[in-house]
Amino acid sequence: MFLRMIIKTLVRQKSKMLMIAFTVILGVSLSTAMMNVMLGVGDKVNRELKVYGANITVRHKDAALMSDLYGLTEGLGVNDKFLHEEDVLKLKSIFWGFNIIDFAPVLEGHAVFKNSNVDLIGTWPEKNAILATGEELHTGLKSLRTWWDIQGEWLNDSDSDKDSVMIGSALASQNNIHVGDSITLTNNGLTKTFRVKAVFNDGGNYDEKILMHLSDVQELMHLPGKVSHIEVSALTTPDNDLARKAAQDPRSLSPEEYETWYCTAYVSAICHQIQEVIRDGVAKPVRQVAESEGTILNKTTLLMILITILSSIGSALAISNLITASVIERSQELGLLKALGAYNWQIALLVLSEVMLTGLAGGVIGYFVGIGFAQIIGQTVFGSYIEIARMVILIVAVILFLVTLAGSIPAIRYLMALKPTEVLHGK
Amino acid sequence: MSNKILELNNVSKIYGELKALADINLSVNAGDWLSIMGPSGSGKTTMINIIGCMDTPSTGSVILDGVDISKEDSSSLTRIRRDKIGLIFQQFHLISYLTAVENVMVAQYYHSMPDESEAMEALEKVGLKDRARHLPAQLSGGEQQRVCIARALINSPKILLGDEPTGNLDEENEGIVVDLFRRLHSEGVTIIIVTHDPEVGDVAQRKIILEHGKIIDDIDQSATFGEALKLRSK
Repeated sequence: MFLRMIIKTLVRQKSKMLMIAFTVILGVSLSTAMMNVMLGVGDKVNRELKVYGANITVRHKDAALMSDLYGLTEGLGVNDKFLHEEDVLKLKSIFWGFNIIDFAPVLEGHAVFKNSNVDLIGTWPEKNAILATGEELHTGLKSLRTWWDIQGEWLNDSDSDKDSVMIGSALASQNNIHVGDSITLTNNGLTKTFRVKAVFNDGGNYDEKILMHLSDVQELMHLPGKVSHIEVSALTTPDNDLARKAAQDPRSLSPEEYETWYCTAYVSAICHQIQEVIRDGVAKPVRQVAESEGTILNKTTLLMILITILSSIGSALAISNLITASVIERSQELGLLKALGAYNWQIALLVLSEVMLTGLAGGVIGYFVGIGFAQIIGQTVFGSYIEIARMVILIVAVILFLVTLAGSIPAIRYLMALKPTEVLHGK
Repeated sequence: MSNKILELNNVSKIYGELKALADINLSVNAGDWLSIMGPSGSGKTTMINIIGCMDTPSTGSVILDGVDISKEDSSSLTRIRRDKIGLIFQQFHLISYLTAVENVMVAQYYHSMPDESEAMEALEKVGLKDRARHLPAQLSGGEQQRVCIARALINSPKILLGDEPTGNLDEENEGIVVDLFRRLHSEGVTIIIVTHDPEVGDVAQRKIILEHGKIIDDIDQSATFGEALKLRSK
């Protein structure tokens, strides 16, 4: 009988119920889209921010100490401390190796060019390798300098590309060098000629430097297998109190805190793990980039949460109006049920069941519409699909239940106070 | 041994400065047919609301089937009403989207368990078995009121309480409903009816007249009861 009454009420009040379902569809679709974007946006925003370069730098511990204590970035105690090139690929072997998107070792050097000293940057412009795990690796400075304006072509990984260099735009302009020209560099009695493969514009101090294959700078500087520092770009989780505490001293954490921190992609946890595999290395976050990522992520997440909350409140208000109107319209019928012996809770259950069923139908449709919205946002904003998080179903179900329940409260209060005598003796 | 089914002792109902009922004393025996008459504002509806457990008196006691209902809370009144009272309304108050038989079953559902065959029997009793699957809008006023009576009877109440049950009916349908009351009375059902209609009031066993919240007359019509019914039938 209960089910029969519900079904017949739903059919009879189909226009009102459709309005409620439509309201729920709007609210749920917005919540679903926002939450899926919110949960998927971390990696998306992180990847977007990767175009602005590395967010972690690994240096020799002594060089890092000089920098920390005296702010020195060059000179004795800094320039003569090196990491080992053979350790660089170990970056991908750490617990959060999958989050390390790109990296490149850098050896800073100098040489004489046209009777003047020029700075050299030796690096892996492109690096293709197969790791011990079988994973194919494709990285290099090219991936970390996506904003560079290039005339000519990037250096690449092939052997035929050795003895090629890229020249910073300022240096090229000063010396009237063009793509295809040859330049001769001398250092410590060693002279080598290189072909200019590209002129790049960095917009910074790299524009006065020459970018070369790492092996060429190692040869010119007589530093085989050495690197000055490693630039690392990693996907990270915004810092919280735990991460900040760990960043100061991981030993201050309790075992449980340590495990949580270690198994979360905080930049400090990734730095800590990098130090475990790079001999004499100290990994430090590039604070400006890391903090910007965290700030943007936190603000984006906050925005999504606000939109979800506002859409939920909007839905609850709309549902509230519709249900209250429906209950007022049905006050004679509901008063009659009371007169026939229905308890308040039985009538509340009847009305809530009708609304919940309608809400459920609207919720299911709204969820799928929301997934569509999320994909549109993903494609429009990030140029890729948003991964659907299954936990959103549970969250949306809880929100839907609470919103529908909250929206029903005024109507339930009205029908609780409804006296059969007031509605049944109308003459 | 007393067979009183209802007893009102010094019952008053006061709304602000208005005394809707003033020191009412009334007792009704099981199986009686009582009509309550009086002009508008005389307190008829207030009295029927109190007897029907839909309202409580300001003072005095109401003993229904041995239980003082004047001090009961809303939930207990609902339970007592569900178990002991069958209600008939002037405007029928059938649920528009349910068929006649389903309307009867709603009362069963909130009382105990819906049973379609029993609901059909109740409709057969009021002569509407063949109209059981019709919606209220497809029934005449008289038929709707008979569905309302079937619904009121389905849980075998102690008292059948009618608030102007013929007020919305034409003469022919009024006759059908009164005949139905007669039959139910002969089967031992206690009937209390509020009415404006002197003809309907006259066919009861007993008639009380209310004015300004007081019983100004209590007429035993037992002597003319059969005659009035016969005249009514003609």
